[in-house]
Amino acid sequence: MNAIVLSAVLGVVMMFSGIFSQNKDVIRVTAIAAMIILLITNLLELNGFRLFEFNTHNMLVFDTFGLLFNSVLFACTLFFMLISGKDIGHVGNNVAEYYALIFFILCGVAIVSSFNTLLLLFLGIEIISIPLYILTGSDKRNLKGNEASLKYFLMGAFSTGLMLMGIALIYGAKGSFQMDIIAMGSGQLTPMITAGLLLLMFSMAFKVSAAPFHFWTPDVYDGAPTVFTSFMATIVKAAAFVGFIRLFEGSFGDTQPQWRLIVAIITAATLLIGNITAIFQQSVKRMLAYSSIAQAGFMMFAIVSLNERGREGLLFYATAYCIATIGVFAVLIRMRDYTFEGFNGLSRHHPTLAFTTTVFLLSLAGIPATAGFMAKFYMLSAAVGAGELLWLVILGIICAAISVYYYFRIIQAMYFKEGERQEIDSNPSFRYLLAAMAVITLLLGIFPEWLVSKLYYFVDI
Amino acid sequence: MIPVLLILIPFLTGIISFFLKNERIARGWSLLSALITFAVSLTGLVFLNNYEYLHADAAWMPALGSRFSIAMDGMGQMLCLLTALLFPVIFIATWRQTYTRANSFYGLMLLAQAGLMGVFVSVDALLFYFFWELALIPAYFLCSRWGGEKRIQVTFKFFIYTFVGSLFMLVGLIYLYTRTPDQSFALTSFYNLHLTHTEESWLFWMIFIAFAVKMPVFPFHTWQPDTYEQSPSAVTMVLSGIMVKMGIFGVIRWLAPVLSFGTWAWGDTVSVLSIIGMIYASLIAIQQDDLKRLIAYSSIAHIGLMALAIFATNDISMQGVMIQMFSHGVNITGMWIVVDLIERQFKTRKISELGGLAQKAPVLAILLVIIALANIALPLTNAFVGEFLMFSGVFTSAASKYSVLFAAGAGISIILSAIYTLNMIQRVFYGSTTTLTARGKDAGRNELWILSVIVVLILVVGVFPKPMLSLTLDTVQQVISRMFIQ
Repeated sequence: MNAIVLSAVLGVVMMFSGIFSQNKDVIRVTAIAAMIILLITNLLELNGFRLFEFNTHNMLVFDTFGLLFNSVLFACTLFFMLISGKDIGHVGNNVAEYYALIFFILCGVAIVSSFNTLLLLFLGIEIISIPLYILTGSDKRNLKGNEASLKYFLMGAFSTGLMLMGIALIYGAKGSFQMDIIAMGSGQLTPMITAGLLLLMFSMAFKVSAAPFHFWTPDVYDGAPTVFTSFMATIVKAAAFVGFIRLFEGSFGDTQPQWRLIVAIITAATLLIGNITAIFQQSVKRMLAYSSIAQAGFMMFAIVSLNERGREGLLFYATAYCIATIGVFAVLIRMRDYTFEGFNGLSRHHPTLAFTTTVFLLSLAGIPATAGFMAKFYMLSAAVGAGELLWLVILGIICAAISVYYYFRIIQAMYFKEGERQEIDSNPSFRYLLAAMAVITLLLGIFPEWLVSKLYYFVDI
Repeated sequence: MIPVLLILIPFLTGIISFFLKNERIARGWSLLSALITFAVSLTGLVFLNNYEYLHADAAWMPALGSRFSIAMDGMGQMLCLLTALLFPVIFIATWRQTYTRANSFYGLMLLAQAGLMGVFVSVDALLFYFFWELALIPAYFLCSRWGGEKRIQVTFKFFIYTFVGSLFMLVGLIYLYTRTPDQSFALTSFYNLHLTHTEESWLFWMIFIAFAVKMPVFPFHTWQPDTYEQSPSAVTMVLSGIMVKMGIFGVIRWLAPVLSFGTWAWGDTVSVLSIIGMIYASLIAIQQDDLKRLIAYSSIAHIGLMALAIFATNDISMQGVMIQMFSHGVNITGMWIVVDLIERQFKTRKISELGGLAQKAPVLAILLVIIALANIALPLTNAFVGEFLMFSGVFTSAASKYSVLFAAGAGISIILSAIYTLNMIQRVFYGSTTTLTARGKDAGRNELWILSVIVVLILVVGVFPKPMLSLTLDTVQQVISRMFIQ
């Protein structure tokens, strides 16, 4: 509750901060302070301190999983603001609005991570999406950005329509929006529920950019200002996954054997399309867009297996993926040349940048001692534990091996190829932040249970 | 305590090495570190040789059932000794080599050493996998950064091969873990698994493929000659001297005793592959003109024999594999040192451009001849002990109906190995000098000294192998008692 109310309020505060100050740095610092407040209040709620008490009529349930996810995503947003805050200022003049929109998105994230009725799921998803359409087109002079924004809006609106249709069908069959009521007595899927379930599945697959609903992703990620791509590809995607798993665990958990094959096929398609297409990209930004599709494929393992290990895995995967992707994007934003050649010889002139980027890329590729490995480990063991999914697991590891190809291309460019010296705006604080994120990636890779055990540490209230 | 030190010393000194500015300091620092590690390893072998000092166990990931648990049995001790011994040898032998960014080079070398030590001592499957990959990453950077012209593609191929293999192994290990009664990654829990024969059959390949790529067994070997050729000499020595042992070690520790039925059921298949690999690699080695490629192929042949011997499933052949792991590590490092000397002096590795070196470098020639004879397992050399045991084990094996055929096939490859090794010596060291070798000199003091150490090792182990054999006796008996023969 803390997070939902406060993020909305802070969003408004940020909007007005633009009136009082035109200085971008002031606004940035205000946003960071607001973000810290948001993170702290959310952590307080995790420990049982609620600032607000409402009767939500069981429409929202604040459990450890959701709150912990919020905390992780807020912490990642904080890192994002700290490390790329300056670059938000370079997008355009309306910095206060950008930050306000980010806070509104976080409000949606908090709703999606705690909804207990399909109505609020819809609301949460919309609160996330609409500010994103604006952020995608925030660079108004950029034609590609405008195109991306419009595309995103049209496709997003369409998928929202699918979701509404699904919700309506489920409501028709069950007479309620409440997830617990939907879950009751749904041992047998009637045609109406099946149709509703499939529509919900497809719309959620759209939001997490799973194949074959992924076509918007590369264009939108490529067209949007790179800072916002970074935000979109990490925090927003992870939030959509929380919604996905909450919805399917809460409403359709019992019928899982009946719809599992479809999700498994979606997962397989996502893995294959994401990874194979990423190989052929020439621009690192576009490659990262496809890599985000590929990584979504791995996160889908949690929904396919739908067990305890999968839940733990999703939390951990989202954390590892967000940190690593934010880190890679933070460096990419400051490069002049977005092609792979742009990274040539980076290690010689900017050793810290090159080293931290390497750590992030190794994490994305899933090499041991980085968080990404443990994330993949959780997902694979969730799927092996769920049984009967060995084909998907094997496909998964083949795709993980393919992903090495395009992640290592950057490492090869940075370390083994010679390149011109390029001016990259990297002040010490930027480097320290990158190093801190790399250290977190390594520590989480060696002690993953530090984070995962928190799922069981707090008492649900 | 000892295994913890063996991992920590190279790891920490390796990290520090990255921050050293001066090349000379970095070089000295890494040699110092390698010597300390060697001393620790010897201490564990001679003075503190009881279980109390040779294991460590700490909670790591309790919810996942994985512990930081390491222990050294005879095989672990022997391979750690090999690792600890070869690193200073390699550092001294390549002392004159200069590297750009030497601090990173030595740092990565030491990190690779830490990873290798970890592989040989871990008795928890997840920990083992961690170290398995950690040994690979520094090797990847070493080869791609300091290697020859085609280094980037070649090393990448090497990386992808081993990475894919490891991922399959990971899935196999996870599957085994889900089937353990206590949900644990401990080796002892793996021993208590009860799997159906079908499960064992497919799991065998999931796990074996990682080891097969590393060894390498035919047809997973294609990365190896290119990688050996393109890597800087010091890294080639690590790769061929120690890293290939990871594959053999993996089979003996994690595959044969755990999936005993699968190992037996696929034994004939793997044996046939090994023999094809041995003969094929030997035939290619005969035609090689490049010294590095010749030795690379000869290594495939030797490793094939070891793989064959493991699957023969009896004490004698297993004992042979143990001692041969050590001997092969020592001998091939000696070969590489000689090749490296030749390459540094004449800037070529082509056999056709060399000749008559014995006139110019008599001491080197004598040392090489001894090492080369060890390579073809002549009596009184260390390799003879191993190969003799392996052959008699394979010949009398009860695991397969075709053991006599296998022994005969392996015998052919030994004859072939004599052909290419002696031919190489003859063409490089004897005959008349060429324009290139006319100005040849004997090797420097460092190299001759280190080669003599290797020659002494070859002869001592060859004449008096008993301490080596009794060291690994416990492992052999344990592994064999868990293996399956119908």
